Amino acid sequence: MVPQHLPTVVVIGNGMVGYKFCEKLLAKSTAFNLIVFGEEPRVAYDRVHLSEYFGGKTADDLLMAPLQWYHDNGITLHLGDAVQEINRDARTVHAHSGLVQPYDYLVLATGSSAFVPDIPGVEKAGVMVYRTIEDLEKIKAYAGSAHSGAVLGGGLLGLEAAKALLDLGVAETHVVEFAPRLMPRQIDDAGSQMLQSKLKALGLQIHLNKATSSIGGEEKIDALHFGNGSILPVDMLVISAGIRPRDELARLAGLDVGLRGGIVVNDEMRTSDASIFAIGECALHGGMIYGLVAPGYDMAEVVVSQLTQGARAFGGYDMSSKLKLIGVDVASFGDPFIAVPHSRSIVFEDAHSGVYKRINVSPDGKYLLGGVLIGDAEAYNMLLQTVNNKLALPPHPEDLMLGARGGEAAEGAGVMSLPDEALVCSCEAVTKGAICAAVTEQSVTTVDAMKKCNKAGTGCGGCVPLVKDLINGTLTAQGAYIKNVLCEHFDYSRQELFDLLKINNIRTYDAALDHFGKGDGCETCKPALGSILAGLWNDLIVKQHTIQDTNDRYLANIQKGGSYSVVPRIAGGEVTPEQLMVIGSVAKKFGLYTKITGGQRIDMFGAHVGDLPDIWEELINAGFESGHAYGKSLRTVKSCVGSTWCRFGLHDSVSFAIEIENRYKGIRSPHKLKGGVSGCVRECAEAQAKDFGIIATEKGWNLYVCGNGGAKPQHAQLLATDLDSATLIQYLDRFLMFYIKTADPLARTATWLNKMEGGMAYLKNVVVNDSLGIAADLEAEMALLINTYHCEWREVVENPELRKQFTHFVNVPRAKDPNVEFEEMRGQKKVKAW
Amino acid sequence: METTTDITWLPVCKTTDIPADGGACALVEGKQVAIFNFARRGEWYATQNLCPHKQQMALARGMIGSTGEACEPKVACPFHKRTFSLLTGECLNGDECSIRTYPVKVEGDNVYIGWEAD
Ligand code: SRM
Ligand SMILES: Cc1cc2nc3c(=O)[nH]c(=O)nc-3n(C[C@H](O)[C@H](O)[C@H](O)COP(=O)(O)OP(=O)(O)OC[C@H]3O[C@@H](n4cnc5c(N)ncnc54)[C@H](O)[C@@H]3O)c2cc1C
Ligand code: SF4
Ligand code: FES
Repeated sequence: MVPQHLPTVVVIGNGMVGYKFCEKLLAKSTAFNLIVFGEEPRVAYDRVHLSEYFGGKTADDLLMAPLQWYHDNGITLHLGDAVQEINRDARTVHAHSGLVQPYDYLVLATGSSAFVPDIPGVEKAGVMVYRTIEDLEKIKAYAGSAHSGAVLGGGLLGLEAAKALLDLGVAETHVVEFAPRLMPRQIDDAGSQMLQSKLKALGLQIHLNKATSSIGGEEKIDALHFGNGSILPVDMLVISAGIRPRDELARLAGLDVGLRGGIVVNDEMRTSDASIFAIGECALHGGMIYGLVAPGYDMAEVVVSQLTQGARAFGGYDMSSKLKLIGVDVASFGDPFIAVPHSRSIVFEDAHSGVYKRINVSPDGKYLLGGVLIGDAEAYNMLLQTVNNKLALPPHPEDLMLGARGGEAAEGAGVMSLPDEALVCSCEAVTKGAICAAVTEQSVTTVDAMKKCNKAGTGCGGCVPLVKDLINGTLTAQGAYIKNVLCEHFDYSRQELFDLLKINNIRTYDAALDHFGKGDGCETCKPALGSILAGLWNDLIVKQHTIQDTNDRYLANIQKGGSYSVVPRIAGGEVTPEQLMVIGSVAKKFGLYTKITGGQRIDMFGAHVGDLPDIWEELINAGFESGHAYGKSLRTVKSCVGSTWCRFGLHDSVSFAIEIENRYKGIRSPHKLKGGVSGCVRECAEAQAKDFGIIATEKGWNLYVCGNGGAKPQHAQLLATDLDSATLIQYLDRFLMFYIKTADPLARTATWLNKMEGGMAYLKNVVVNDSLGIAADLEAEMALLINTYHCEWREVVENPELRKQFTHFVNVPRAKDPNVEFEEMRGQKKVKAW
Repeated sequence: METTTDITWLPVCKTTDIPADGGACALVEGKQVAIFNFARRGEWYATQNLCPHKQQMALARGMIGSTGEACEPKVACPFHKRTFSLLTGECLNGDECSIRTYPVKVEGDNVYIGWEAD
C-alpha cells in the first residue's frame, strides 16, 4: 500500500504526454501517489508513428511502455474509464465507472480530438477520422472494399493519411483542401507547387480551393459535394481538418478556456486553478495550441519541476517540422514565410528533380531565420540547429542548402539512422539495436560501461567511436545533455583540453591530471593526452612513454604473440636499390618476415622487443628513419609515378609526395593521417581515398580532404582547385592543424568532418577564407611541429638509458620471451597459431 | 605482511628498472611476473604477465590507471584493452577470467616479490 501521507497526483489522459509526465515524475521523485485515468482501452502508444500500424507494426510495437511498467512503478492505472467531472471544491474526480478519486494535484493531459467540420452528412458510414488505433482499424476495414477515397485537409496529417490510403490499396485517392495550396501553415506557395507535383507523381489527386458543402449518399457516403456545384464520387472519406483540444472537462469545472478552445495555462502550466495543470495538446499557452509531441514533453517536464520544488517554466516552442512517410521529403523550420524587409530569401528550385529549397536570412546576412525544403530535406537537422542556436552564417549562406545536396550534411544523425540490425561491433557481434537498448534500458552511458554490458568495443576496438556516437545519439534522443568528455578522469572534451593545456603551458600528463583531472588516469585519457601534448609541444614521445599505447611506447607495432613489426619511412614510396638491399640484409640478420604494405613501403615482422634498437641502428646508419607506422600520426603519402615517367603525367607527383611526407612526418594527430598525390585525373595514387589527396590539373593542383578507406570508406571532398604548390601547402598546414586541435580522440578526418556543424562548406571557409581569423595561428602552430621533428628511433638508439627499456625481462636483459614462437611458411617465418 | 608463513620474499630487480607509472616483466622462478610502479600513488603491484584473453605475454606493457569512486588501481592489456584490478586481479570488463596477483614490497632500492611455496 502507498503510505497515506504521500500527496496524490491524478493524471487525466494516458496519451503520449500523459505517459511522459509519469515517466519524468518517477525519474525525479517517488514521493507521490500517482493515479492515471485513460479513456482509450489500451495504454499510451506512440501516436506520432501511428501510420506505421499500416506498415506492419502491431499495437504492442507502438506502446510507449508495456502495462507491466505501470505496475512495476506503483502507478494505479484505470484504462477505458473516462473522467466525467472534476469537483474542485472537494478536490475529487468522478470517473465513468463511478469511481471517485481525491487528488492533491490534478494534471489534465486530455489531448485533442480530430476536428470534424459541421458539414451535412459527416455522420454517414465511411466518414472517418485519423487519430487513434481504433480509427485506423476502421479505416483499414473500410479500405478493403473501397475503390476510391478522399482525405479532407491538405495539411501535415492529411497528407500522411492520404499516403496511408494509397498504401492500403485504395486505387483512387484524393486530397481536398480548402486553401489555395497544400500545407498552408508550413510551406510557401512555390514549395506547395513543387510538393503538389511530387504527390501527383505518387498517384494522389489534389483538389485545391475546394469548399465541401455536403457529403452525399444514403446511409453510406458516395460523394463529396463542393460549393461550386461540382461533385467528387468517393467510397470513403477521412477527415483531417485540424484538431480540437479536449477541454470539455475543464470547461465544465469552470476553468478558463480559450475562445477557440484549449485550457488556458501560464508558464508554469497551471490552469486558473493553481492545483490543476494542463499539458500537451489540450493546453493553450500564449494563445497557442501545440499540435506536436516535443512541446508536450517539455510541458510535462515543467509540471514535474513545479511539483518537485523546481522553477522550470515553459517558454513556447519551435514549430519546425519534417513530414514523414509520404515518400517526399518535406520540411519547414524556423519562420518559413518571413520576407522583405525583415529578411531576404535565397531560393533554389530544380523542377526536373523536384527539389525546392528556400532559406530566409536576416537582412544583415548573419543569421538564418527559417526556410522550406521540398524533395530533399537532408539538411533539415543542420539548418534547424543553425536557426535554433543562432549560429553565425558563412559568407555564402546558400552553401548551407546547396552544399547539403552534395552529401555534406552533419552525420551525427547519420549514425542514429542506421537500422537496428546493423552490426556495429563485428568482433563481438553487437548490433546498433543492442547498443541503443543498453543505453535506454540499462542506463549505460559510457563506452566502458558498454564494454562491460555487452562487450561492444572490446574486440579490435575499431568500433569504439561509433559506439560512443550511438550512446550519445541515444542519450540525446532521450533528451539528456551530452558533454563529450574524455573519460571518467577528465570532464573535458579533447578540444577543450587542447586549449586548456596550451593556455596554461602544461607539458606533462601528470600536471594535466593534477590541474584538470581526477583519479589516476586510464588507458583512454593517457594516450589522448599524449596526443594533445605532442600536438602542442612535439616533445619526445619516449620522455613520457608510460602514457603511450604500447605501439607508441615501443615505437613499433605489437603483433600476435608479442613480437613487433618495423616499418622505416619510404617517403612517397620511392626507394633506391641500395636501400632495398639494406632492408633485405637487416631482415635476414634478425630473422624478420618481409612484406610490401598497402602504403607503398616495406614492413618487417616478428622482431623481439630486445632486438628493436639494434634493428633501428642498422637502418638509421643506412639513412632510414622511423616510418611512424605505430603512431597516430602521418603514415604515408602515396604517389603515382607522375610526369617524370608517365606519358599522361601533368606534374611531378613523386617529388611533391616526398616533399609533403617529409613535411608532416612525425606529427601526432587524433588518429592516423594518410595522403596521396596523383599526377593526373586517372588517379593512380588513390588520393581521393586519403585524409588529404592532391591531384594534378593543367593549372596546378586540386586539393581533396577527409577521405577514408578502412571500415567505412568515404571519398575525399574538393577543398580548393588549381592551386600552386605553395598555396596548397599553406592550406594543408591550416587544415591539418585545425584537425589536430579540434577532433575527438581516434576520429579520422572523415568522421571529424561528418560531425562538423556546417560540414564541408564550413571547413572550406575556415581553411580557405579564414572565416575564424585563425589561419595565421594554425600556420604558426604547424611550423612549430615541423621544426621540432626528430626521428624517435634515433633518440632511443643514441640513449643508453632508453635503450635499456627494450627488454622483455628486466632481470634477465638478454633473454627473449620464450613464448614468442614462429614456424615456417613459403620460405619465411610466421607466428605460431595462438 | 611479511609474517605470512609460507611466503618467501624473492629479490627481483631495482626500483629504477620499472618505469614510473608503468610496468615491466621479470622472470621469477621460471614464471613471467608483471611488476607495476604506481608512482603517482606511491604503490607497487605485481600480477601474472599473461593476459587470459588471448594468452598474450603482455600485461607488463599495459597502461595502468584507476577506475571508479574508490580509485581501484587497474592495468589495461595492450592487445585488446581488457582491464584487470591490480588489487584483486578481477577482470573489470567482460567476463574474462581473473589474473593472479602477487605480494610485492620495496626495501631500499630493491623490489621483492612474495612467492608462495607450491
Ligand atoms: C601493414 C599494413 C597491411 C599490409 O600488409 O599492407 C597494415 C597493417 C595494419 N593496419 Fe592498416 N595496414 C596497412 C595499410 C592500410 C590501408 C591502406 C593504405 O594506407 O593505403 C588502410 C585503408 C586506408 C585508410 O586508412 O583510410 C588501412 C586501414 C587500417 C585501419 C582502419 C582505419 C579506419 O579509418 O577505419 C586500421 C585500424 C585503426 O587504425 O584503428 C588499421 C590498422 C592496422 C594495424 C595497425 C592493426 C594493428 O593494430 O596491429 C596493422 C599493423 C600491422 C603492422 O604491424 O605493421 N589499418 N591500413 C599496411 C601498412 C601501410 C603502411 O605502410 O603504413
Ligand atoms: C497520425 C498522426 C501523426 C502525427 N505525427 C506527428 C509528428 O510527426 N510529430 C509530432 O510532433 N506530432 C505528431 N502528431 C501529434 C502528436 O501525436 C500529438 O501531439 C501527441 O499525441 C499529443 O499528446 P497528448 O498526450 O497531448 O494527447 P493524446 O496523445 O491525444 O492523448 C490524450 C489522451 O487523453 C485521453 N482522454 C481525453 N479525455 C479524457 C478523459 N476525460 N478521461 C480520460 N482520458 C481522456 C484520450 O483518449 C487520449 O488517450 C501526430 C498525430 C497523429 C494523429
Ligand atoms: S586489414 Fe589491416 S588490420 Fe586487418 S588484418 Fe589486414 S593488416 Fe591487419
Ligand atoms: S590479449 Fe589481452 S586483451 Fe586480448
